[in-house]
Amino acid sequence: MDAAQALADLTEISSQVEAAVLFDEAGEIAGSTLAGEGAAALARAAEKLLERASALGAGDIAQVEASTPDGSVFVVSEGRRRIAATTGPDPTTGLVFYDLKSALRDSATVSDTETVSDTVKPRRKRAPKKVDDAA
Amino acid sequence: MRRKALGLFGFASGLFAGSVLYRRTVARRRQRVDVYFGDGSMITYDDGTPEADALLPIARDALAAARRR
Repeated sequence: MDAAQALADLTEISSQVEAAVLFDEAGEIAGSTLAGEGAAALARAAEKLLERASALGAGDIAQVEASTPDGSVFVVSEGRRRIAATTGPDPTTGLVFYDLKSALRDSATVSDTETVSDTVKPRRKRAPKKVDDAA
Repeated sequence: MRRKALGLFGFASGLFAGSVLYRRTVARRRQRVDVYFGDGSMITYDDGTPEADALLPIARDALAAARRR
């Protein structure tokens, strides 16, 4: 599944997610439900949120939720990969995090599959053995 | 007399229910940042704390960016 498909599934499954962006720690965007500068701006803000939160406490940050009266911002981090999403006010936190993690993992399987398919040629199917009717 | 007491009771009940609903809404709408760490621990920074004051403006920027179409 590619990033676009993972995000399409995410927005279909989770009605609470308004916008989402898949990106890496360098800020490179793999996919987004937003067009143009919106995606980059959301990714930048999400990365900044992770950095600032990381500076406040000790340890690796797995996820962040920031709630405001206008809506919430969710960021999930797995290794170098990130997903950020926005919702309306009072979202169901557990469900949103679950859906974001699923989308992040679904999009992660792509690169593995692509690497394998690029390097390994598909095996030719062997023709079925002919059964000798005369025997 | 009985009707008056009933009316008073209804008014008091409504007032109480309204205040509970209002407090719940306000509590739910509070601004906060929940940070979850890799080891499974979590910390909440409530609005007004220096940590929340540093993080919430970034979250507002993110929301604005997502809604700017």
